[in-house]
Amino acid sequence: MSEIADQVKKIVAEHLGVEPAKVTENASFIDDLGADSLDTVELVMAFEEAFNTEIPDDAAETILTVGDAIKFLEKNAA
Amino acid sequence: MRRVVVTGLGMVTPLACGVEPSWRRLLDGQSGASVVERFDVSDLPCKIACTIPRGDGSDGTYNPDDWMEPKEQRKVDEFIVFAMAAAQQALDDADWHPTSYEDQISTGVLIGSGIGGIEGIAEASLILKERGPRRISPFFIPGRLINLAGGYVSIAHGLKGPNHAVVTACSTGAHAIGDAGRLIALGDADVMLAGGTESPVNRLALAGFASCKALCTAFNEEPARGSRPYDRDRDGFVMGEGAGMVVLEEYEHAKARGAKIYAELIGYGLSGDAYHITAPSPDGDGAYRCMSAALKRGGVTPAEVDYINAHGTSTMADGIELQAVERLLGDAAAGVSMSSTKSSIGHLLGAAGAVEAIFSILAIRDQVAPATLNLDNPSVETAIDLVPHKPRARKIDVALSNSFGFGGTNASLLFRRPQS
Repeated sequence: MSEIADQVKKIVAEHLGVEPAKVTENASFIDDLGADSLDTVELVMAFEEAFNTEIPDDAAETILTVGDAIKFLEKNAA
Repeated sequence: MRRVVVTGLGMVTPLACGVEPSWRRLLDGQSGASVVERFDVSDLPCKIACTIPRGDGSDGTYNPDDWMEPKEQRKVDEFIVFAMAAAQQALDDADWHPTSYEDQISTGVLIGSGIGGIEGIAEASLILKERGPRRISPFFIPGRLINLAGGYVSIAHGLKGPNHAVVTACSTGAHAIGDAGRLIALGDADVMLAGGTESPVNRLALAGFASCKALCTAFNEEPARGSRPYDRDRDGFVMGEGAGMVVLEEYEHAKARGAKIYAELIGYGLSGDAYHITAPSPDGDGAYRCMSAALKRGGVTPAEVDYINAHGTSTMADGIELQAVERLLGDAAAGVSMSSTKSSIGHLLGAAGAVEAIFSILAIRDQVAPATLNLDNPSVETAIDLVPHKPRARKIDVALSNSFGFGGTNASLLFRRPQS
Protein backbone atom coordinates (compact mmCIF):
# COMPACT_ATOMS: atom_id res chain seq x y z
CA MET A 1 0.00 0.00 0.00
CA SER A 2 1.28 3.46 -0.85
CA GLU A 3 2.26 6.01 1.72
CA ILE A 4 -0.59 8.20 0.46
CA ALA A 5 -3.12 5.44 1.05
CA ASP A 6 -1.88 4.93 4.60
CA GLN A 7 -2.13 8.60 5.37
CA VAL A 8 -5.59 8.96 3.80
CA LYS A 9 -6.90 6.07 5.87
CA LYS A 10 -5.43 7.53 9.03
CA ILE A 11 -7.06 10.91 8.38
CA VAL A 12 -10.43 9.30 7.65
CA ALA A 13 -10.34 7.15 10.79
CA GLU A 14 -9.43 10.14 12.94
CA HIS A 15 -11.94 12.58 11.52
CA LEU A 16 -14.88 10.19 11.43
CA GLY A 17 -14.01 8.46 14.69
CA VAL A 18 -14.19 4.96 13.16
CA GLU A 19 -12.10 1.82 13.65
CA PRO A 20 -9.12 1.88 11.24
CA ALA A 21 -10.08 -1.66 10.13
CA LYS A 22 -13.33 -0.31 8.69
CA VAL A 23 -11.52 2.19 6.51
CA THR A 24 -11.13 0.04 3.41
CA GLU A 25 -10.66 1.39 -0.10
CA ASN A 26 -14.22 0.48 -1.03
CA ALA A 27 -15.75 2.17 2.01
CA SER A 28 -18.09 5.06 1.23
CA PHE A 29 -17.73 7.98 3.59
CA ILE A 30 -21.47 8.47 3.92
CA ASP A 31 -22.90 4.96 3.44
CA ASP A 32 -20.28 2.96 5.34
CA LEU A 33 -18.43 5.29 7.67
CA GLY A 34 -21.29 7.39 9.09
CA ALA A 35 -20.22 10.72 7.62
CA ASP A 36 -22.67 13.49 6.78
CA SER A 37 -22.24 16.09 4.05
CA LEU A 38 -20.39 18.47 6.39
CA ASP A 39 -18.01 15.69 7.44
CA THR A 40 -17.10 15.11 3.81
CA VAL A 41 -16.35 18.81 3.32
CA GLU A 42 -14.08 18.71 6.35
CA LEU A 43 -12.39 15.54 5.12
CA VAL A 44 -11.53 17.17 1.81
CA MET A 45 -10.06 20.11 3.72
CA ALA A 46 -8.00 17.70 5.81
CA PHE A 47 -6.66 16.04 2.64
CA GLU A 48 -5.76 19.43 1.17
CA GLU A 49 -3.93 20.31 4.34
CA ALA A 50 -2.10 17.01 4.72
CA PHE A 51 -1.03 16.75 1.08
CA ASN A 52 -0.49 20.44 0.50
CA THR A 53 -2.75 20.47 -2.52
CA GLU A 54 -5.97 22.05 -3.64
CA ILE A 55 -9.03 19.95 -4.40
CA PRO A 56 -11.49 21.97 -6.51
CA ASP A 57 -15.19 21.65 -5.62
CA ASP A 58 -16.06 19.71 -8.80
CA ALA A 59 -13.33 17.18 -8.05
CA ALA A 60 -14.35 17.00 -4.37
CA GLU A 61 -17.84 15.99 -5.46
CA THR A 62 -16.44 12.86 -7.09
CA ILE A 63 -14.56 11.74 -3.98
CA LEU A 64 -17.11 9.45 -2.35
CA THR A 65 -15.01 6.55 -1.11
CA VAL A 66 -11.65 6.10 0.57
CA GLY A 67 -10.34 4.70 -2.71
CA ASP A 68 -11.56 7.78 -4.64
CA ALA A 69 -9.54 9.98 -2.31
CA ILE A 70 -6.43 7.85 -2.61
CA LYS A 71 -6.66 7.78 -6.41
CA PHE A 72 -7.15 11.53 -6.66
CA LEU A 73 -4.29 12.30 -4.32
CA GLU A 74 -1.90 9.82 -5.92
CA LYS A 75 -2.53 11.57 -9.22
CA ASN A 76 -2.56 15.18 -8.00
CA ALA A 77 -0.60 15.51 -4.80
CA ALA A 78 2.85 17.00 -5.15
CA MET B 1 -52.90 28.71 32.91
CA ARG B 2 -51.57 25.22 33.49
CA ARG B 3 -49.35 24.52 36.52
CA VAL B 4 -45.64 23.79 35.96
CA VAL B 5 -43.45 21.62 38.19
CA VAL B 6 -39.79 20.65 38.23
CA THR B 7 -39.19 16.92 37.83
CA GLY B 8 -35.53 16.63 36.83
CA LEU B 9 -32.23 18.37 37.55
CA GLY B 10 -28.79 18.26 35.94
CA MET B 11 -25.62 20.28 36.27
CA VAL B 12 -21.94 20.60 35.64
CA THR B 13 -20.36 23.19 37.93
CA PRO B 14 -16.92 24.24 39.12
CA LEU B 15 -17.61 22.11 42.22
CA ALA B 16 -18.45 18.86 40.44
CA CYS B 17 -20.15 17.14 37.55
CA GLY B 18 -23.59 16.20 38.84
CA VAL B 19 -26.27 17.75 41.00
CA GLU B 20 -25.72 15.88 44.25
CA PRO B 21 -21.91 16.22 44.41
CA SER B 22 -22.15 19.91 43.47
CA TRP B 23 -24.79 20.53 46.13
CA ARG B 24 -22.88 18.57 48.80
CA ARG B 25 -19.68 20.51 48.12
CA LEU B 26 -21.63 23.77 48.10
CA LEU B 27 -23.02 23.02 51.55
CA ASP B 28 -19.52 21.99 52.67
CA GLY B 29 -18.40 25.52 51.85
CA GLN B 30 -16.01 24.52 49.08
CA SER B 31 -14.81 26.97 46.45
CA GLY B 32 -14.42 26.15 42.76
CA ALA B 33 -11.84 28.90 42.22
CA SER B 34 -8.22 28.40 41.29
CA VAL B 35 -5.46 30.04 39.29
CA VAL B 36 -6.10 29.35 35.61
CA GLU B 37 -3.62 26.82 34.21
CA ARG B 38 -5.21 25.91 30.88
CA PHE B 39 -3.74 28.95 29.14
CA ASP B 40 -1.36 31.82 29.75
CA VAL B 41 -2.72 34.39 32.20
CA SER B 42 0.55 36.18 32.91
CA ASP B 43 -0.54 39.31 31.04
CA LEU B 44 -4.15 39.32 32.32
CA PRO B 45 -5.12 41.36 35.38
CA CYS B 46 -7.43 38.55 36.55
CA LYS B 47 -5.65 35.19 36.75
CA ILE B 48 -8.32 33.17 38.53
CA ALA B 49 -11.54 31.43 37.54
CA CYS B 50 -13.91 28.74 38.75
CA THR B 51 -13.33 25.81 36.43
CA ILE B 52 -14.98 22.42 36.22
CA PRO B 53 -12.93 19.61 37.79
CA ARG B 54 -11.99 17.53 34.75
CA GLY B 55 -11.09 13.88 35.15
CA ASP B 56 -12.15 10.35 34.38
CA GLY B 57 -15.72 10.87 35.59
CA SER B 58 -15.21 9.36 39.03
CA ASP B 59 -15.56 11.27 42.31
CA GLY B 60 -17.60 14.06 40.77
CA THR B 61 -15.12 14.84 38.01
CA TYR B 62 -16.28 15.74 34.53
CA ASN B 63 -15.28 13.49 31.66
CA PRO B 64 -16.65 14.91 28.40
CA ASP B 65 -16.47 11.47 26.76
CA ASP B 66 -19.22 10.31 29.14
CA TRP B 67 -21.64 12.78 27.53
CA MET B 68 -20.69 13.24 23.87
CA GLU B 69 -18.73 11.25 21.29
CA PRO B 70 -15.15 12.53 21.03
CA LYS B 71 -15.54 13.02 17.26
CA GLU B 72 -18.59 15.25 17.91
CA GLN B 73 -16.85 17.18 20.70
CA ARG B 74 -14.16 18.15 18.22
CA LYS B 75 -16.75 20.07 16.18
CA VAL B 76 -18.21 22.21 18.96
CA ASP B 77 -17.29 24.64 21.68
CA GLU B 78 -17.40 23.31 25.21
CA PHE B 79 -20.66 25.05 26.14
CA ILE B 80 -22.42 22.51 23.94
CA VAL B 81 -20.73 19.55 25.64
CA PHE B 82 -21.60 20.97 29.08
CA ALA B 83 -25.21 21.27 27.91
CA MET B 84 -25.22 17.66 26.72
CA ALA B 85 -23.96 16.52 30.14
CA ALA B 86 -26.47 18.51 32.18
CA ALA B 87 -29.34 17.63 29.83
CA GLN B 88 -28.67 13.90 30.02
CA GLN B 89 -28.56 14.11 33.82
CA ALA B 90 -31.82 16.06 34.01
CA LEU B 91 -33.69 13.71 31.68
CA ASP B 92 -32.37 10.66 33.56
CA ASP B 93 -33.32 12.26 36.88
CA ALA B 94 -36.84 12.92 35.60
CA ASP B 95 -36.93 9.43 34.10
CA TRP B 96 -38.30 11.05 30.95
CA HIS B 97 -37.03 9.51 27.72
CA PRO B 98 -39.77 10.00 25.17
CA THR B 99 -39.87 7.34 22.49
CA SER B 100 -43.41 7.64 21.09
CA TYR B 101 -44.04 10.32 18.48
CA GLU B 102 -46.71 11.90 20.72
CA ASP B 103 -44.33 12.20 23.69
CA GLN B 104 -41.53 13.48 21.49
CA ILE B 105 -43.56 16.29 19.95
CA SER B 106 -44.84 17.40 23.36
CA THR B 107 -41.30 17.68 24.77
CA GLY B 108 -39.31 20.79 23.89
CA VAL B 109 -35.90 22.30 24.54
CA LEU B 110 -35.02 25.82 25.61
CA ILE B 111 -31.32 26.20 26.32
CA GLY B 112 -29.50 29.51 26.34
CA SER B 113 -25.97 30.77 26.59
CA GLY B 114 -24.65 34.25 27.21
CA ILE B 115 -21.86 34.27 24.64
CA GLY B 116 -21.76 30.81 23.10
CA GLY B 117 -18.65 29.72 21.25
CA ILE B 118 -16.38 32.67 21.79
CA GLU B 119 -13.27 30.50 21.99
CA GLY B 120 -13.98 28.80 18.68
CA ILE B 121 -14.68 32.16 17.05
CA ALA B 122 -11.36 33.48 18.32
CA GLU B 123 -9.50 30.45 16.98
CA ALA B 124 -11.25 30.50 13.60
CA SER B 125 -10.53 34.19 13.13
CA LEU B 126 -6.81 33.44 13.48
CA ILE B 127 -7.09 30.65 10.89
CA LEU B 128 -8.90 33.04 8.55
CA LYS B 129 -6.16 35.64 8.92
CA GLU B 130 -3.21 33.27 8.71
CA ARG B 131 -4.43 30.60 6.28
CA GLY B 132 -7.43 31.99 4.49
CA PRO B 133 -11.14 31.16 4.10
CA ARG B 134 -10.63 27.71 2.56
CA ARG B 135 -9.34 26.49 5.92
CA ILE B 136 -12.50 27.38 7.88
CA SER B 137 -14.20 24.16 8.98
CA PRO B 138 -17.79 23.44 7.91
CA PHE B 139 -18.41 22.87 11.63
CA PHE B 140 -17.23 26.34 12.58
CA ILE B 141 -20.70 27.94 12.40
CA PRO B 142 -22.88 25.10 13.76
CA GLY B 143 -20.39 24.45 16.56
CA ARG B 144 -20.53 28.04 17.89
CA LEU B 145 -24.19 29.01 17.49
CA ILE B 146 -25.91 29.40 20.85
CA ASN B 147 -29.07 27.52 19.84
CA LEU B 148 -26.98 24.54 18.77
CA ALA B 149 -26.71 23.52 22.44
CA GLY B 150 -30.44 22.87 22.24
CA GLY B 151 -30.04 21.52 18.73
CA TYR B 152 -27.55 18.84 19.75
CA VAL B 153 -29.58 17.95 22.86
CA SER B 154 -32.81 17.62 20.88
CA ILE B 155 -31.13 15.37 18.31
CA ALA B 156 -29.53 13.18 20.99
CA HIS B 157 -32.81 12.66 22.85
CA GLY B 158 -35.44 12.91 20.10
CA LEU B 159 -37.13 15.99 21.58
CA LYS B 160 -39.35 17.40 18.83
CA GLY B 161 -41.39 20.01 20.68
CA PRO B 162 -40.61 23.74 20.75
CA ASN B 163 -36.90 24.29 20.10
CA HIS B 164 -35.88 27.68 21.36
CA ALA B 165 -32.89 29.52 22.84
CA VAL B 166 -32.33 32.54 25.03
CA VAL B 167 -29.48 35.05 24.95
CA THR B 168 -29.72 37.58 27.77
CA ALA B 169 -26.18 37.69 29.17
CA CYS B 170 -26.17 36.76 32.84
CA SER B 171 -29.96 36.41 33.00
CA THR B 172 -29.99 33.74 30.28
CA GLY B 173 -30.46 30.66 32.47
CA ALA B 174 -33.31 32.24 34.42
CA HIS B 175 -35.06 33.51 31.30
CA ALA B 176 -34.71 30.07 29.69
CA ILE B 177 -36.44 28.36 32.61
CA GLY B 178 -39.08 31.07 32.93
CA ASP B 179 -39.90 31.12 29.23
CA ALA B 180 -39.98 27.32 29.09
CA GLY B 181 -42.43 27.35 31.99
CA ARG B 182 -44.64 29.73 30.02
CA LEU B 183 -44.61 27.41 27.00
CA ILE B 184 -45.93 24.64 29.22
CA ALA B 185 -48.42 26.91 30.99
CA LEU B 186 -49.82 28.03 27.63
CA GLY B 187 -49.97 24.52 26.23
CA ASP B 188 -47.22 24.64 23.60
CA ALA B 189 -45.52 21.70 25.32
CA ASP B 190 -46.11 19.30 28.22
CA VAL B 191 -42.45 18.87 29.09
CA MET B 192 -39.52 21.25 28.54
CA LEU B 193 -35.85 20.70 29.08
CA ALA B 194 -34.56 24.17 30.00
CA GLY B 195 -31.43 25.85 31.25
CA GLY B 196 -28.22 27.63 30.44
CA THR B 197 -24.67 26.75 29.55
CA GLU B 198 -21.42 28.70 29.27
CA SER B 199 -17.75 28.08 28.49
CA PRO B 200 -16.18 31.53 28.88
CA VAL B 201 -12.89 30.64 30.56
CA ASN B 202 -10.50 31.63 27.80
CA ARG B 203 -8.09 34.48 27.16
CA LEU B 204 -10.41 36.52 24.97
CA ALA B 205 -13.40 36.51 27.35
CA LEU B 206 -11.21 37.16 30.39
CA ALA B 207 -9.58 40.07 28.56
CA GLY B 208 -12.95 41.46 27.54
CA PHE B 209 -14.55 41.29 30.97
CA ALA B 210 -11.34 42.63 32.52
CA SER B 211 -11.55 45.66 30.25
CA CYS B 212 -15.10 46.22 31.52
CA LYS B 213 -13.51 46.32 35.00
CA ALA B 214 -15.94 43.58 36.01
CA LEU B 215 -13.46 40.94 37.20
CA CYS B 216 -11.84 40.28 40.56
CA THR B 217 -8.16 41.24 40.38
CA ALA B 218 -7.12 41.56 44.04
CA PHE B 219 -7.17 37.87 44.95
CA ASN B 220 -4.93 36.25 42.34
CA GLU B 221 -2.86 34.79 45.18
CA GLU B 222 -5.88 33.50 47.12
CA PRO B 223 -8.45 32.39 44.52
CA ALA B 224 -10.93 30.89 47.01
CA ARG B 225 -11.29 34.29 48.70
CA GLY B 226 -11.93 36.20 45.46
CA SER B 227 -15.70 35.83 45.15
CA ARG B 228 -17.02 37.66 48.22
CA PRO B 229 -20.48 39.14 47.67
CA TYR B 230 -21.51 41.94 50.08
CA ASP B 231 -18.03 41.99 51.63
CA ARG B 232 -16.29 45.34 51.84
CA ASP B 233 -13.18 43.95 50.08
CA ARG B 234 -15.00 42.62 47.00
CA ASP B 235 -13.60 43.96 43.74
CA GLY B 236 -15.28 42.10 40.90
CA PHE B 237 -16.67 38.72 39.91
CA VAL B 238 -14.77 35.48 39.49
CA MET B 239 -15.68 33.89 36.18
CA GLY B 240 -17.11 30.38 36.16
CA GLU B 241 -18.08 27.76 33.58
CA GLY B 242 -20.70 25.03 33.45
CA ALA B 243 -24.32 24.28 32.74
CA GLY B 244 -27.59 23.75 34.59
CA MET B 245 -30.72 22.09 33.19
CA VAL B 246 -34.14 21.36 34.61
CA VAL B 247 -36.98 19.25 33.33
CA LEU B 248 -40.17 21.27 33.65
CA GLU B 249 -43.44 19.45 33.35
CA GLU B 250 -47.11 20.21 33.35
CA TYR B 251 -48.40 19.25 36.80
CA GLU B 252 -51.07 16.73 35.75
CA HIS B 253 -48.63 15.14 33.28
CA ALA B 254 -46.07 14.68 36.06
CA LYS B 255 -48.66 13.38 38.49
CA ALA B 256 -50.11 10.92 35.99
CA ARG B 257 -46.76 9.23 35.42
CA GLY B 258 -45.81 9.28 39.09
CA ALA B 259 -42.83 11.60 38.57
CA LYS B 260 -40.90 12.91 41.52
CA ILE B 261 -41.77 16.59 41.96
CA TYR B 262 -39.05 18.83 43.38
CA ALA B 263 -40.92 22.11 43.34
CA GLU B 264 -43.54 24.11 41.51
CA LEU B 265 -42.47 27.04 39.35
CA ILE B 266 -45.09 29.51 40.54
CA GLY B 267 -43.69 32.83 39.40
CA TYR B 268 -41.52 34.47 36.77
CA GLY B 269 -40.83 38.16 36.44
CA LEU B 270 -38.97 40.12 33.77
CA SER B 271 -37.92 43.73 33.48
CA GLY B 272 -35.50 46.07 31.76
CA ASP B 273 -33.39 48.82 33.30
CA ALA B 274 -33.12 51.05 30.22
CA TYR B 275 -30.16 52.66 31.93
CA HIS B 276 -26.64 51.46 30.96
CA ILE B 277 -25.00 48.69 28.93
CA THR B 278 -23.09 47.14 31.86
CA ALA B 279 -24.11 48.92 35.08
CA PRO B 280 -27.44 48.31 36.81
CA SER B 281 -29.67 51.27 37.46
CA PRO B 282 -28.47 52.70 40.82
CA ASP B 283 -31.99 52.84 42.24
CA GLY B 284 -32.45 49.09 41.74
CA ASP B 285 -35.81 49.72 40.16
CA GLY B 286 -35.39 47.08 37.45
CA ALA B 287 -34.49 44.41 40.01
CA TYR B 288 -37.40 45.45 42.21
CA ARG B 289 -39.87 45.27 39.35
CA CYS B 290 -38.87 41.81 38.15
CA MET B 291 -39.01 40.38 41.69
CA SER B 292 -42.39 42.05 42.27
CA ALA B 293 -43.70 40.63 39.02
CA ALA B 294 -42.60 37.11 40.00
CA LEU B 295 -44.32 37.40 43.39
CA LYS B 296 -47.47 38.79 41.82
CA ARG B 297 -47.58 35.98 39.27
CA GLY B 298 -47.09 33.46 42.07
CA GLY B 299 -49.75 35.03 44.28
CA VAL B 300 -47.20 35.26 47.07
CA THR B 301 -46.73 38.08 49.57
CA PRO B 302 -43.22 39.25 50.52
CA ALA B 303 -43.74 37.75 54.00
CA GLU B 304 -44.10 34.31 52.42
CA VAL B 305 -40.64 34.38 50.82
CA ASP B 306 -38.16 32.30 52.84
CA TYR B 307 -35.01 32.18 50.73
CA ILE B 308 -33.54 34.31 47.97
CA ASN B 309 -30.66 33.14 45.81
CA ALA B 310 -29.22 36.54 44.98
CA HIS B 311 -27.60 37.56 41.73
CA GLY B 312 -24.82 38.84 44.07
CA THR B 313 -21.82 38.81 41.75
CA SER B 314 -19.26 40.22 44.21
CA THR B 315 -19.26 43.58 42.45
CA MET B 316 -20.48 47.02 43.48
CA ALA B 317 -23.89 46.01 42.12
CA ASP B 318 -24.49 43.75 45.15
CA GLY B 319 -25.61 46.75 47.18
CA ILE B 320 -28.10 47.82 44.53
CA GLU B 321 -29.74 44.38 44.48
CA LEU B 322 -29.86 44.36 48.29
CA GLN B 323 -31.62 47.73 48.33
CA ALA B 324 -34.15 46.45 45.84
CA VAL B 325 -34.77 43.33 47.93
CA GLU B 326 -35.25 45.46 51.05
CA ARG B 327 -37.74 47.60 49.19
CA LEU B 328 -39.58 44.46 48.09
CA LEU B 329 -39.67 42.82 51.50
CA GLY B 330 -40.32 45.84 53.71
CA ASP B 331 -41.06 44.67 57.23
CA ALA B 332 -40.67 41.03 56.17
CA ALA B 333 -36.90 41.46 55.61
CA ALA B 334 -35.88 39.98 58.96
CA GLY B 335 -37.55 36.68 58.16
CA VAL B 336 -35.68 36.07 54.92
CA SER B 337 -32.33 34.40 54.22
CA MET B 338 -30.55 35.58 51.07
CA SER B 339 -27.23 34.19 49.91
CA SER B 340 -25.05 34.33 46.83
CA THR B 341 -23.80 30.91 45.81
CA LYS B 342 -21.50 32.71 43.38
CA SER B 343 -19.23 32.97 46.42
CA SER B 344 -18.57 29.26 45.90
CA ILE B 345 -18.97 28.57 42.16
CA GLY B 346 -18.19 31.98 40.69
CA HIS B 347 -20.27 33.63 38.01
CA LEU B 348 -21.38 31.15 35.35
CA LEU B 349 -22.78 33.98 33.17
CA GLY B 350 -25.44 32.45 30.91
CA ALA B 351 -25.55 29.27 33.03
CA ALA B 352 -25.73 31.12 36.36
CA GLY B 353 -29.50 31.59 36.46
CA ALA B 354 -30.14 27.90 35.75
CA VAL B 355 -27.59 26.52 38.22
CA GLU B 356 -28.79 28.95 40.89
CA ALA B 357 -32.43 28.05 40.25
CA ILE B 358 -31.45 24.43 40.91
CA PHE B 359 -29.71 25.43 44.14
CA SER B 360 -32.90 27.27 45.15
CA ILE B 361 -34.94 24.14 44.41
CA LEU B 362 -32.54 22.02 46.49
CA ALA B 363 -32.76 24.58 49.29
CA ILE B 364 -36.49 23.87 49.33
CA ARG B 365 -35.95 20.10 49.16
CA ASP B 366 -33.42 19.98 52.00
CA GLN B 367 -34.70 22.96 54.02
CA VAL B 368 -31.32 24.64 54.09
CA ALA B 369 -30.04 27.96 52.78
CA PRO B 370 -26.55 27.62 51.26
CA ALA B 371 -23.96 30.08 52.56
CA THR B 372 -22.39 33.25 51.26
CA LEU B 373 -18.68 32.48 51.58
CA ASN B 374 -16.05 35.10 52.44
CA LEU B 375 -18.56 37.51 53.92
CA ASP B 376 -16.09 38.63 56.60
CA ASN B 377 -16.97 42.31 56.79
CA PRO B 378 -20.31 43.19 55.24
CA SER B 379 -20.24 46.54 53.47
CA VAL B 380 -23.93 46.90 54.13
CA GLU B 381 -26.23 46.84 57.11
CA THR B 382 -29.41 44.90 56.66
CA ALA B 383 -32.05 43.00 58.58
CA ILE B 384 -31.85 40.28 55.92
CA ASP B 385 -29.85 37.19 56.89
CA LEU B 386 -27.04 37.03 54.30
CA VAL B 387 -26.06 33.53 55.50
CA PRO B 388 -22.35 34.28 56.06
CA HIS B 389 -19.83 31.41 55.95
CA LYS B 390 -22.13 28.52 56.94
CA PRO B 391 -25.38 27.21 55.46
CA ARG B 392 -28.47 27.74 57.57
CA ALA B 393 -31.03 25.03 58.24
CA ARG B 394 -34.44 26.68 58.18
CA LYS B 395 -37.95 26.44 56.84
CA ILE B 396 -37.97 27.14 53.10
CA ASP B 397 -41.33 26.83 51.39
CA VAL B 398 -40.86 29.61 48.87
CA ALA B 399 -37.58 30.52 47.15
CA LEU B 400 -36.78 33.32 44.73
CA SER B 401 -33.80 33.24 42.36
CA ASN B 402 -32.53 36.49 40.83
CA SER B 403 -30.50 37.08 37.67
CA PHE B 404 -29.50 40.40 36.14
CA GLY B 405 -27.57 40.81 32.91
CA PHE B 406 -25.56 43.28 30.87
CA GLY B 407 -27.89 45.41 28.82
CA GLY B 408 -30.15 45.89 31.85
CA THR B 409 -32.06 42.62 31.50
CA ASN B 410 -33.55 41.17 34.69
CA ALA B 411 -35.31 37.92 35.55
CA SER B 412 -36.63 36.37 38.75
CA LEU B 413 -37.91 32.83 39.23
CA LEU B 414 -40.15 31.83 42.11
CA PHE B 415 -40.41 28.23 43.32
CA ARG B 416 -42.66 26.68 45.93
CA ARG B 417 -42.34 23.46 47.86
CA PRO B 418 -44.67 20.86 46.39
CA GLN B 419 -47.84 20.54 48.43
CA SER B 420 -48.39 17.00 49.62
